[in-house]
Amino acid sequence: MKTFLRILGALVIVGVVALLAFIFWPVSRSAPQQVAASAPEPAEHGEYAMRLADCAACHTAEGGEPFAGGRPIESPVGTIYSANITPDSETGIGGWTLAEFRGALIDGLDDEGHHLYPAMPYTNYRGLTETDIAGLHHYFIEDLEPVRNDVPANDLPFPFDQRWGLRAWKWVAMPDVGFVSGAASDDQIERGAYLVEGPGHCGACHSPRNTLFVQDGYTADDAGFLTGGVIAGWTAPALRGEDSAIAGWTAEEVAQILGTGRNAHAAINGEMALVVEDSTQYFTEDDMTAMSRYLVRLDDNGAETAQTQETPSGGLAERLSDDPATETERILASADPGMPEGARLYLDNCGACHFVDGKGADEVFPELDGSSIVQAGEPTGLISMILHGGALPSTEARPYALRMPGFADRLSDEEVATLATFLRSAWNNEASGAVEAGAVADMRSEEGG
Amino acid sequence: MARTDTKRDVVIVGLGWTGAIAGIELAKEGLDILALERGPDRSTVPDFKYPDVIDELRFGIRYGYMQRPKKSTLTIRRSLDEEAMPYRRLGSFLPGDGVGGAGIHWNGQTWRPQAQEYRLRSYVEETFGADAIPEDMTIQDWGVTAEELEPYYDRFEYMAGISGQAGVVNGETIEGGNPFEPNRSRDYPLPPLAQQPDSLHFADVARQMGYHPFPRPAANASAPHVNEYGMQLGPCNYCGFCARYGCLNYSKSSPQTCVLDALKRYENFKYRVNSEVLRVNLAEDGQTATGVTYWDAEAEEEVTQPADIVILAAYSIHNVHLMLLSGIGEPYNPQTGTGTTGKNYSYQMNGGTTMFFNDRQFNPFVAAGSSGMSINDFGMEQIDYAAEGFIGGSYMTCGHSNGQPIRGIAVPEGTPNWGAGWKQAVGEHYGHSTSLGSHGSNMSYRDCYLDLDPTYTDPHGRPLLRLTFDWKDNDICMTQFMRQRIEEIVEAMEPDSWQSSYKEDGATYDVRPYQTTHNVGGAIMGENPQTSSINRFQQAWGQHNVFVLGASSFPQNIQYNPTGAVGALAYWTTDAIVNQYLPNPGPLV
Repeated sequence: MKTFLRILGALVIVGVVALLAFIFWPVSRSAPQQVAASAPEPAEHGEYAMRLADCAACHTAEGGEPFAGGRPIESPVGTIYSANITPDSETGIGGWTLAEFRGALIDGLDDEGHHLYPAMPYTNYRGLTETDIAGLHHYFIEDLEPVRNDVPANDLPFPFDQRWGLRAWKWVAMPDVGFVSGAASDDQIERGAYLVEGPGHCGACHSPRNTLFVQDGYTADDAGFLTGGVIAGWTAPALRGEDSAIAGWTAEEVAQILGTGRNAHAAINGEMALVVEDSTQYFTEDDMTAMSRYLVRLDDNGAETAQTQETPSGGLAERLSDDPATETERILASADPGMPEGARLYLDNCGACHFVDGKGADEVFPELDGSSIVQAGEPTGLISMILHGGALPSTEARPYALRMPGFADRLSDEEVATLATFLRSAWNNEASGAVEAGAVADMRSEEGG
Repeated sequence: MARTDTKRDVVIVGLGWTGAIAGIELAKEGLDILALERGPDRSTVPDFKYPDVIDELRFGIRYGYMQRPKKSTLTIRRSLDEEAMPYRRLGSFLPGDGVGGAGIHWNGQTWRPQAQEYRLRSYVEETFGADAIPEDMTIQDWGVTAEELEPYYDRFEYMAGISGQAGVVNGETIEGGNPFEPNRSRDYPLPPLAQQPDSLHFADVARQMGYHPFPRPAANASAPHVNEYGMQLGPCNYCGFCARYGCLNYSKSSPQTCVLDALKRYENFKYRVNSEVLRVNLAEDGQTATGVTYWDAEAEEEVTQPADIVILAAYSIHNVHLMLLSGIGEPYNPQTGTGTTGKNYSYQMNGGTTMFFNDRQFNPFVAAGSSGMSINDFGMEQIDYAAEGFIGGSYMTCGHSNGQPIRGIAVPEGTPNWGAGWKQAVGEHYGHSTSLGSHGSNMSYRDCYLDLDPTYTDPHGRPLLRLTFDWKDNDICMTQFMRQRIEEIVEAMEPDSWQSSYKEDGATYDVRPYQTTHNVGGAIMGENPQTSSINRFQQAWGQHNVFVLGASSFPQNIQYNPTGAVGALAYWTTDAIVNQYLPNPGPLV
């Protein structure tokens, strides 16, 4: 009995020591990598590095000062508020050394060694080059004016409010430091891989996450990487595989939507609008080409040359075909008053812009036939668009913040559900499952994008 | 209460087509600009949102987008010895207000005047002799030529995404276009709109008669378009809600669809709505403007806004009103013919014939504001003024611009206005009627002009503008000539019945029925400071830092809808400001 108690006592002590060690053992930051020989000066490169890493989208609150933080980020465990990353010494990151700054980007640690929540995509930023890290550090510490802004405390329940627990999460989630050069066939695609996997942190939204919120892969070699994710209830579409939102698109078309928020097929909406507005529209032509070529080649080596289906040009009159390509188009063009309610709702509300063939018009009215938002696993985005509409980002090349109006004031929950259900299997669309009126009712009160 | 704001490089009065063009062209130069718009802000969503905007009662009948006479109107009389009365109910013409101005609620008909229209007096004197011009007719040359303006028309048409078929490109006549148009450097940016069966029937008949039908040039996009500012139009869906409505479909060219979001990206450009400019302030010596004073409706106070350049870009009659109130130019005196501000107001002489076909089915609900086929065989350069005894010309168009239920249904004369008889006639004729109309010039006359009313004032205590205007024999003669030509064509189109409506001998100006919102002149451009208000660059003769944009510049009205010329002149003037005035501020002539 005494022996047993002694062993038990020892185990308790070991356990407590281990727990204390887990909590209090100093964290260590990763060592710097090699700096490329031809690296630009941080002072020259900083702002562009900030655009590449899209810091603005999360670190600027709606209507707030740029980079002063406070933007609420919904996570599965509660709301996290982005940090003030202006060089204000009390409320921001004033005085952070390059090593401390690097620690935040690639180790997920603040200047005092506390763990950062993975709302900060440091698992993706682990691939950042020293050049980009130094540029970012220079931009945020030297270039930017400090803004005093206390951000709200995170709204997280126990035990998620205990940052020390993230040490274990990181053991599971963290990939290796540094961009791992793949087997890309040319330097440009290699650059594209770096941009997407590293600073662009596209995987953070566009890859699935497991129950521990760990991203399913960080490079093109990982099968789950960029196969679609869910962010705040919206589907971030897959960028590869069978359901890829960019299937059949040319690299030019991918570049166009990232540069302007719109192309012949689709229009950017939701969270992605911020990415275009704050980040991708500023990419150099070379980087945009690199990124786009990398993305279209994710599926196979031939995608770059894929021929996309031409959007019918011309106006309404030319588009009323005597020989409709799909049953949906035939029903809509028939203008038969007895057509199913979903089709009738489409004709009465949507057809003027999106046309009976569901093909819209280049860069103005997005295609609904083949649309990723229409066929997304979660119909949240589609319901939200019908109820509240959406606006395109205003970009240098395409300044028009084209808005789709919302139809919340015109359509009942049942009608929206019927219309959404119709759209999901109209033309060549193949999303399964009916949209329920209850799901519409839940979203009716939410604000549109 | 009153305040004075910090000085700007440029203040623009009115944010419609010309204000938006001047705004973006000068914003590019880095100038610090403030545009003042007396009406509210407007954008496609939410203001022109489907289906709210296609409400004929609210916008077509009750003029939802037009200025309220209670807030701003003018007085009207027909002759020097009548007492002018306030225009209390909109009728004859419909000035707009709000961001986008009349550019949001036009039909979109976009033309280039014929070359001789810019030098009308010289052309008539050279060709037909000075005696051909009646004594009281005060037509003048504009001081610009079609060749000079061609690049600026081209720019406006490509900016606005006009759908049409060119007739004359680099000296070559193109089959299917208007062979009488002035030479152009390239085709329209978009192909012509699709045409309805009534227009096509007219075109067939006109062709057989030796005329030259062509699709009416349209600011209703026939296909997607991206302009020089990266702004975009979507293809028109032919809903037929153009004039009096904002376009729900991003298809009608307007400041909103073609300029404003690009302009708003310039941090050096700002605009204020609900800010009505009360007067332009002049320096003590009167040689320059120092800025403007406006009423800030939100703060409920007068604001003095100093500026180095003042651009008047309000509606034509409001430009003239502000000039008269501010002492820009000498007010025109119809007795002596001296003075220039308010001189040569002119209008538009239109008429038409409505045809009813029992066996032909048209679908008037499928239409665009500028759909239709036109001929210009009786244009101003095609008519022998000496032989016909009038100066003028017109283009003719057959087609529908809408099939709206309240105003869009033609019934034969004699049909009751209500009840069973009316219903029966509507049932019989809806979709079976069409019209062939003449859209014609209107000359300027010694006693058709604008000045300040001696009696009535506006809510700010300023005298109202007074319009003195009546129809004249010359223009009635013109429209009667057109009537004869049209009725010949109508008979060849073989309708079951038809009825004509043209101004006849002795017709006087009636402000009640809608005629057209093509009010021009009053601040006319020209070559001589004694006879014009502004020089060929639309710069005030007396105040070199004041520029006046819009149809107020026309010395007499053209045979066409004015927007094409207004847009081209806006580009012409902003180009002169950027390349000549800014490097060396002073009179450009």
